[in-house]
Amino acid sequence: MTASFDRSPLEEQIAQWRLYVLRRGALHGPEVEELEGHLRDQIAVLSEAGLAGDEAFLIAVKRMGNLDALSREFAREHSERLWKQLVIAPDAADGPGKPTLTETLVVLSVAVAAALTIKLPALFGFQLAGNEPFYARNVSLFVLPHLTAYLGWKRGLAVVTGVWLVLPFAAAAVFANVFPFGNRSDTGVLTALHLPIMLWLVVGVAYVGGRWFAGGGRMDFVRFSGELFIYYVLIALGGGVLTGLTMMMFNAINIKADWLAEQWLIPCGAMGAVLVGAWLVEAKQSVIENMAPVLTRLFTPLFTVVLLVFLATMVWTGNPIDVKREVLIVFDLLLVLVVGLVLYTASARDPQARPDFFDGLQLLLVVSALVVDALALVAIGARISGFGFTPNRVAALGENLILLVNLTWSAWLYARFLRDRGSFAVLERWQIAYLPVYSIWATLVVVLFPVVFGYR
Amino acid sequence: MELGKDLVAASATPLVLAILAEGESYGYAIIKRVTELSGGHVQWTDGMLYPVLHRLERNGLVAAKWRASESGRKRKYYRITKEGRAQLAFQRQQWQVVASTLRGLWMKACTT
Repeated sequence: MTASFDRSPLEEQIAQWRLYVLRRGALHGPEVEELEGHLRDQIAVLSEAGLAGDEAFLIAVKRMGNLDALSREFAREHSERLWKQLVIAPDAADGPGKPTLTETLVVLSVAVAAALTIKLPALFGFQLAGNEPFYARNVSLFVLPHLTAYLGWKRGLAVVTGVWLVLPFAAAAVFANVFPFGNRSDTGVLTALHLPIMLWLVVGVAYVGGRWFAGGGRMDFVRFSGELFIYYVLIALGGGVLTGLTMMMFNAINIKADWLAEQWLIPCGAMGAVLVGAWLVEAKQSVIENMAPVLTRLFTPLFTVVLLVFLATMVWTGNPIDVKREVLIVFDLLLVLVVGLVLYTASARDPQARPDFFDGLQLLLVVSALVVDALALVAIGARISGFGFTPNRVAALGENLILLVNLTWSAWLYARFLRDRGSFAVLERWQIAYLPVYSIWATLVVVLFPVVFGYR
Repeated sequence: MELGKDLVAASATPLVLAILAEGESYGYAIIKRVTELSGGHVQWTDGMLYPVLHRLERNGLVAAKWRASESGRKRKYYRITKEGRAQLAFQRQQWQVVASTLRGLWMKACTT
C-alpha cells in the first residue's frame, strides 16, 4: 500500500468516498469498513501493476459497481433498515412510499367504516350501556377486519388469500356469540381477552402480504405492532383531551353532552384511531425513530434492577410468595413484559453486531425473570390441589408455561451468543417462529374453554 | 463470454460456499479466486459479493470474524459452517442435475 500514513491525495479520495457512501444511509459503519478494505486491496494490486494512485482509485471504484444498485442490494439484505430509510423507494414496488391521495381516501373510508361498525349492534337494539360483555367480546371484530382489509389492499393481496382471511373472522364471530355466557362469566371474559390475540395473527398475515414464512416480514410486523400501540396511546391521549374539553365547553352553556361522548365520540374514536394509527405507522416509518426499541433500552435496566432487588428481598426476609387467589396473573404479566422487552430489543438490533454490555444485561433480565417465575410456580404448585381448576387458573397457568418455554430457550440462545457460540440471528428466528404459538393458545382458550368449563 | 445477470445471481451462493470450503477467506480474495477459476468468464461487480456474504452469515451458512490482516488493517474473514457444508452438498446435487440434464439434451441435439 502506498503512503497510507500521511494524507496523500489517495487517502483524501478514499476518505471522501467513505463519507459519500455513509451519507447514503443504506450501508452502516462495519460494512463500509469492509468495502473500504476491499477498495484498498484492489488499489494495492493495481498500483503494483504500475497504475498511479488516482487511476487505481478510479478503476477500483468502478469495479465496486454502481452505488445505487449496491445500496439497494444492501438494503434488501438488511431489510430492518428500510424501516428507517427509504433507500429502495425509487424502483421497489413493495417498499414503503409516500401516502398517495388514493391511500388517504381508503384509510378514511375504512376508519369511518370501523367507527360505524361499532354502532351497528345499536341499530338492532343492542345499546352499549347494559350490553358491555357483548361489546367486550366483539370489540376486535368491529375493527380488526377493517385493519386487515386496509393492509391487504396496501399489500395488493390476491383475492383468494383475502377470502381465506375472512374465515378466521367469521369463526371468531361465531365463537364469540354462540356460547350462552352468563353476565359475569369467567370464560366470557377470557374470550374477550383472547380473541384479539387470536385475530392479531390474521392481521399479521395480511401485513406480510400473505407470505408469512418469507423473509423479514414477520419482524416488520412485530415492529409495526409496537409502533401502532404507541401511536394508539398517543392518539387516545389526544382524544381524551378533546372529549374532556368538548364536555366542559357544552357544560358552560348548560347543555349536557355526555351522551355524545359516551355513545359516539369515545367508541367511534377508539375504533377509527386503530386505522389512523396503522396508517400513520405505515406512512411515517421514516420520519420518526422507532419508539418501541427506545423504550426497551430505557426499561430493560430498570426492570432488571427491580427483579434483582425483589429476589434479594425475598432471600433476605425469607418471605415466601403469598399464594392469593390470582397471584399467577401478576407473574404472567411479568413474563409478558420480559418477552416484550426481548422481542423489541431483537427487532431493533443489528443481527451482525458483536455482543455488547446490553446483551449481557438482557440475559440477566431474562434469567432473573425465570427465577422469580419458577419460585412463583413452585409456590402455586405446592397448593394446586387446594385450588381446583377454574378457567382463569388454567388459562393463566397455560400462558405461564408458554412464556416460560420461550424465555428459557431465549436465555439459552443468549448465553450461546454471548459466549460466541451462536449468532444473534438464531435468537431472532426463535422469537419470530414462536409468534403463532400465542395465537394458537388464544384460539384454544376461545374455542375449548367455554365448553370444557360449562360457560362458567 | 459474460454470464447473464440471473445466472450470476443463482451461482453466487454455491461459488462462495465452495471457495470457503477450501478454507477461510475474505471478500477481495474470494472475488480474485472466482475470476481466476473461471478464466475471467465469471465477472462479478465487486461490491455485490458483500450482500451475498452477509445473507449467508445471517442464515448461519458462514461465520465471520474481524481480524487484523498482514498489512495491519482490520479485515473481515469468513469461514464455512457445518450448515454451510450441508447446504453446499445440497446445492451441488441440484447443479449436477441441471448440468446433466442440459448435457443430455445437447448431446442428443448433436447426434441427430
